[in-house]
Amino acid sequence: MSKQVVQLSRVIIRFAGDSGDGMQLTGDQFTSRTAAFGNDLSTLPDFPAEIRAPTGTLPGVSAFQLHFADHDIMTPGDAPNVLVAMNPAALKANIKDLPRGADIIVDTDEFTTRNLTKVGYAQNPLDDGSLDSFAIHRIPLTSLTVEALKASAVSKKDAERAKNMFALGLLSWLYARPTEGTITFLNQKFAKKPDILAANIAAFEAGWSFGETTEDFSVQYEVKPAPMKPGQYRNMSGNLALSYGLIAAAQSAKLPLYLGSYPITPASDILHELSKHKRFGIMTFQAEDEIAGIGAALGASYGGMLGVTTTSGPGVALKSETIGLAVALELPLVIVDVQRGGPSTGLPTKTEQSDLLQAMFGRNGESPVPIIAPRSPGDCFDAAIEAVRIATKYRTPVFLLSDGYLANGSEPWRIPDVGSLPDISVAFASEHNHTNEDGSTEFWPFQRDPDTLARPWAVPGTAGLEHRIGGIEKANGTGNISYDADNHDLMTRLRQGKIDGIDVADLEVEDPTGDAKVLVLGWGSTYGPIGAAARLVRADGIPVAQAHFRHLNPFPANTAEVLRRYDKVIIPEMNLGQLALLVRGRYLVDAISYNQVRGLPFKADELAGVIKGVVGNV
Amino acid sequence: MSETVDLGFPSLRLVPKATEKQSAKDFKTDQEVRWCPGCGDYAILAAVQSFMPELGLARENVVWVSGIGCSSRFPYYMNTYGLHSIHGRAPAIASGLAMTRPDLSVWVVTGDGDALSIGGNHLIHALRRNVNLKILLFNNRIYGLTKGQYSPTSEVGKVTKSTPMGSLDHPFNPVSLALGAEASFVARTIDSDRKHLTETLRQAALHEGTALVEIYQNCNIFNDGAWDPLKDSDHRDNLTFRLQHGEPITLVDGTRGVIRTADGSLEVADVATVGLDAILLHDAHNQDPSVAFALSRISDPMTLANTPIGVFRDVKRPSYDSTFQAQMALAQEGGRGDLASLLAGNDTWTIS
Repeated sequence: MSKQVVQLSRVIIRFAGDSGDGMQLTGDQFTSRTAAFGNDLSTLPDFPAEIRAPTGTLPGVSAFQLHFADHDIMTPGDAPNVLVAMNPAALKANIKDLPRGADIIVDTDEFTTRNLTKVGYAQNPLDDGSLDSFAIHRIPLTSLTVEALKASAVSKKDAERAKNMFALGLLSWLYARPTEGTITFLNQKFAKKPDILAANIAAFEAGWSFGETTEDFSVQYEVKPAPMKPGQYRNMSGNLALSYGLIAAAQSAKLPLYLGSYPITPASDILHELSKHKRFGIMTFQAEDEIAGIGAALGASYGGMLGVTTTSGPGVALKSETIGLAVALELPLVIVDVQRGGPSTGLPTKTEQSDLLQAMFGRNGESPVPIIAPRSPGDCFDAAIEAVRIATKYRTPVFLLSDGYLANGSEPWRIPDVGSLPDISVAFASEHNHTNEDGSTEFWPFQRDPDTLARPWAVPGTAGLEHRIGGIEKANGTGNISYDADNHDLMTRLRQGKIDGIDVADLEVEDPTGDAKVLVLGWGSTYGPIGAAARLVRADGIPVAQAHFRHLNPFPANTAEVLRRYDKVIIPEMNLGQLALLVRGRYLVDAISYNQVRGLPFKADELAGVIKGVVGNV
Repeated sequence: MSETVDLGFPSLRLVPKATEKQSAKDFKTDQEVRWCPGCGDYAILAAVQSFMPELGLARENVVWVSGIGCSSRFPYYMNTYGLHSIHGRAPAIASGLAMTRPDLSVWVVTGDGDALSIGGNHLIHALRRNVNLKILLFNNRIYGLTKGQYSPTSEVGKVTKSTPMGSLDHPFNPVSLALGAEASFVARTIDSDRKHLTETLRQAALHEGTALVEIYQNCNIFNDGAWDPLKDSDHRDNLTFRLQHGEPITLVDGTRGVIRTADGSLEVADVATVGLDAILLHDAHNQDPSVAFALSRISDPMTLANTPIGVFRDVKRPSYDSTFQAQMALAQEGGRGDLASLLAGNDTWTIS
């Protein structure tokens, strides 16, 4: 039976179910097929911190949103066109985000009185008319799956567990996704469990066939591939891109990478990933705590490795003293902070941009640290290389501020040519660098490079350069302990001057019409939503400019000049105005701060409204 | 994963040797030593500087790492590489250095506050991992650099600036703690006994893995005489067991010795009464740490009676760094990874 095929330009699907329903896996698979099909895409996994909250409850709902299109897109989308709700909790938790007319696919088997009561539905919303403004597809996913697997060797429980594959099969048919990749994936995942493998494939195929035959879906949709820059692509998440960026940077810096880390959400995946790559000379160490993780990394840097530590906000708090030590020692170190909602434990699995000021100021004394923030999942790769470049060239700890949205979100990524990666290698000190009045020579650990102000990186094992360094103030040049007032003033200014003088790229402004009076300024993961909002605004004929910081310390040299060009500057942030505080303080610009801390990225629509409001008042 | 891999025992032999004969002078720096006159640290520094030439290691391959406290100034006075870090963290920092650089001989200097209070976590984890570090713990039972508060080894009831009515905390016994963490080498010595100190350092240096050496050290400003009973020539032989592997554990004067009681615990008995044959022979190489632990509990923290000094435990266990490096080597047996194929992965598409 062939059905009518309707062309769509873009679609936003949200898969939602219980934590144990396999929604993340389902979403991942749909994403991989969509990526391979050639659509542009952006994803937003949204799951609770608990591994398995009680079944069928609102806290246990796990969701995965995917936005895919035949053109380039910047966000995972504001409102889903399609919600797949595997139980009443998933429906209740997500219904408020759906626009009228959206398709809702529900598993009617799960809409039992008990499950409805669990989430506070007095009546079944599928029957009481409350969903009349939506296109409801009532499908007994569980029983259809069990029925399809009747002949299979698996238990009824295992058959029920395959319902996510039935749903994936149905959605794959609905949007004409290729199927081979999913079959290959299942073959790999369940290679050692042939019964489970057979059941999952059968469920997937049954879902596809159901779509073809059911009268519930009268049309099949097609979203054509998006035009993209020529090259080889893959789908890429932020944490993976960041891990690969570190591996590539170590190769480009010609240094063995050493990661000292302690597990913490949402950064642990970087530890997991790097642990797999010993073949690249990547050494990983799961320490006893956050402090030991960074301590070991700093010890490794002292020994001539590329020391890296990965964590999230609460871990940064614990590492602060060691970061200060790295500032004093003037040794390379990369601190990756995958930000999450705070304060304290906060929202471990939700995103936020609220560690900027912690990265900037969260240490005792004057202890400047460069800060770099990636803007998209794929950009985590380049940002990691930039962090390593600065750390090694300037012998300084560097903050790399990712966040939960970038970490777990994904997008198509153009695979870079390894040969085009920059050479960021630096030389270790090998000889004396100071001549005394009597002509004798010696090694001065704080004799600085006149251009970068960096001190020599002299690693143990180098004969003739034996020296002692430490957190206690040192005399510039000799490196001897010094409590001298003038020296401390000098060293404080030198450490600051070194960071202020880092070579960072200019701030670029996107202003297609060239006559914008309002600039939207952002940093980090808000790039996508701000960019999408700016497009919406411009589509209405309203000019607006966008600029986005990659370097937050130091700011690009042209920042003041850029800010002066505009009548108004809007700074949207997923915090209460941290970049705005820095920009106002540094540039005396009366920036308009727009803030949300909802654990989720901004919606382009909302931001567009904010921008229009400001433009209207100029 | 039940398979095991024989990972071998690399050790100091990976550290390059000095090409010329060294003397204590070679290990002295031009820095002015800033400990209080009369501090026990001077004696330890002199003993270490005299002992280092015996190891014959290239000076540039020796690193001293410390935390914060009086003892932690030690690296500034050793003409090797040195890193004076932050309070309590030296074992963590040294671990990262030691596991990535098997060609270095890494020494940690710490004190009772640095190692057992703020840095307790790092100490026990370094010990359980058996990282190739030599940790010298200067124990003076007081906080010196912060001017005289009680420490985690102070005796109960210690009157200090922060405990005017006497401290309430039960003290740590550093040797018991280290044995509880299953350290592979645990010893105790005394700052003023140059010969014993040097011999203990020698054994620690040769040990593969973490060696913890507790050094009873006198703070003549804030806790003067804390170890005097063990130094006083009239009493020390009657208070001290000098542990020697394979020898009966008796006080230096031979009057009393350690016996095993019917319930398996250890007890001090008159040698004349029980006979020398009944005295336990010291077995430093016993894989089971429980006898060494019992031995560490036999002294009285208040009077210092029955204090064992010497090597409590010295057993073979693969060092963390050797197994860490072996895994790296194993992973790279088939050659280095190829970055281009890593970045591409196995699920790509091409846009032309």
